Amino acid sequence: MSSTSSTARSPMAPPRSFLWSRRIFLTLLTGFVLLPVYVMVSSSLKPLADVSGKFRWLPSGLTIRPYIDIWSTVPLARYFVNSLIVAGAATVCSVVIAVFAAYAVSRYQFRGKRVFTVTVLSTQMFPGILFLLPLFLIYVNIGDSTGIALFGSRAGLILTYLTFSLPFSIWMLIGYFDSVPRDLDEAALVDGCGPLGALLRVVVPAAIPGIVAVAVYAFMTAWGEVLFASVMTNDTTRTLAVGLQGYSTLNNVYWNQIMAASLVVSVPVVAGFLLLQRYLVAGLTAGAVK
Amino acid sequence: MTTTTASAESGERTVRENSPGAARGPRRTGRIKRIGLPYLLLLPALLLELLVHLVPMVIGIVMSFKELTQFYIRDWGTAPWSGLDNYQVSVDFDAPVGEALLHSFLVTVAFTLLSVGLCWLIGTAAAIYMQDTFRGRGLLRALFLVPYALPVYAAVITWVFMFQHDNGLVNHVLHDQLHLTDKPSFWLIGDNSFVALLTVSVWKGWPFAFLIVMAGLQNIPGELYEAAALDGAGLWQQIRRITLPSLRPVNQVLVLVLFLWTFNDFNTPFVLFGRSAPEAADLISVHIYQASFVTWNFGTGSAMSVLLLLFLLVVTGVYLLLTSRGRKTADV
Repeated sequence: MSSTSSTARSPMAPPRSFLWSRRIFLTLLTGFVLLPVYVMVSSSLKPLADVSGKFRWLPSGLTIRPYIDIWSTVPLARYFVNSLIVAGAATVCSVVIAVFAAYAVSRYQFRGKRVFTVTVLSTQMFPGILFLLPLFLIYVNIGDSTGIALFGSRAGLILTYLTFSLPFSIWMLIGYFDSVPRDLDEAALVDGCGPLGALLRVVVPAAIPGIVAVAVYAFMTAWGEVLFASVMTNDTTRTLAVGLQGYSTLNNVYWNQIMAASLVVSVPVVAGFLLLQRYLVAGLTAGAVK
Repeated sequence: MTTTTASAESGERTVRENSPGAARGPRRTGRIKRIGLPYLLLLPALLLELLVHLVPMVIGIVMSFKELTQFYIRDWGTAPWSGLDNYQVSVDFDAPVGEALLHSFLVTVAFTLLSVGLCWLIGTAAAIYMQDTFRGRGLLRALFLVPYALPVYAAVITWVFMFQHDNGLVNHVLHDQLHLTDKPSFWLIGDNSFVALLTVSVWKGWPFAFLIVMAGLQNIPGELYEAAALDGAGLWQQIRRITLPSLRPVNQVLVLVLFLWTFNDFNTPFVLFGRSAPEAADLISVHIYQASFVTWNFGTGSAMSVLLLLFLLVVTGVYLLLTSRGRKTADV
């Protein structure tokens, strides 16, 4: 947690073989990583003719038309809002719940602690497909018997998504809270804070990097999920994950618009991720990797 | 971890006894509060995990013993019991359903081994190469994390475009520019689809390995390297003797997580191929999805899911047993 930027490996200068192989390896890897990014960006600025015929490295002419058309070809704005609501709400709930759970595990000794951590973590290995069908039926049945519409609604999706990020979030925060000195919350308890006060006023502020990392992870999980979104949404609640498929019609595939839309929906997460990646690395160092 | 928690707990107890907060209410409620508090804090997480993971899992297991077709979806409890029929159908490898499942399983195993191996290799190499500071390191690190940060569907749909037969980049480069093939290949149908899927999966997955190994590298004490350097170990030797062995505990978790994620991956093949994947790239998640939602036969789909879960449980158990034993002896 303390030394996130660098560790001194060797006081000597690295040997030639190392420098050369590094140069080659990193160059190739950069090409591999950036190729789709280049295709996405360049194709989103091409006229339709350029993306319908043979692939062109350079556009015949630049146009921002795809960025205007994406909003009318499919109701992208609605999908966008749906995704924002679903991913935002799932993130907030997931983080709050994970903070409480991780605090309990990190600071208290209680019966069933091990069972809890093992059970929660093991849900990570369930194939999503195993509980997709039953969950689908549960939501339909809850809707039929109580009138609470979970199937097809944003609430159902929020509920589902927040549990996806929960196990990893709890796991990471336990490690993070463990690294926050206990003297700090004991001091807070002496000062008259209850355990919750100690959590909120001392432990949480000290663990902000870990919490930010967990929030980023939770948001990305919800923003990118396809399987449950494809089954559990309808026309009004459809999220970007499913909505993006609407750019291919029977007659034509608007590849330039698909690329433009992909770019537009990626920008919020990629920008957020890159801004906060330091926290994520720090959070992983303190929490997950020990 | 357990010992420190225990001491903190006892420390906290004495503190609470003297704190003004404890005197607020009667002593008994204070104790109940203290015992109940961890459970109270866990309650939301527990309830949600129950609702979304555990209860559906139990129902899934029950469903796998029922003849659950579309007629019973609104009221699945009334579906007739069918004993082990669904399992028999799933593992009857001479009949079409079982044969297809076995094929899909083998494809998934091969795909997972290759993908996890490559992701781990590339991620570890990149992390080790980037351990020392050099110009542009920060920028490169940010770039390398882009595939991980991109939403799956946006990234994979770009690959779909690149793999197009007529207007894709891959055929343009391989056929038109390098003349490596006689005619443009199909990448998203036929046998090539396995290569396409593997490429996308590695492209998408290696940054996670990179991220975790990078974090793991920072926990290796610098003194180890200094001591090795004093002993005359060169950089390559330091990597082999210190870096890689020190990463072992990190790798234990990393490889397992990569394995489970890749094996269960649905998003990548689903966006890449749509509802029906080509045979060569028929991953098990999509296969079960199709068996359930296209034929509306939830009973058989559930039986297949249960078999998949059993397999993953066994593999994880054996893996943890083997690696933990190796780790213990290595630690001594």
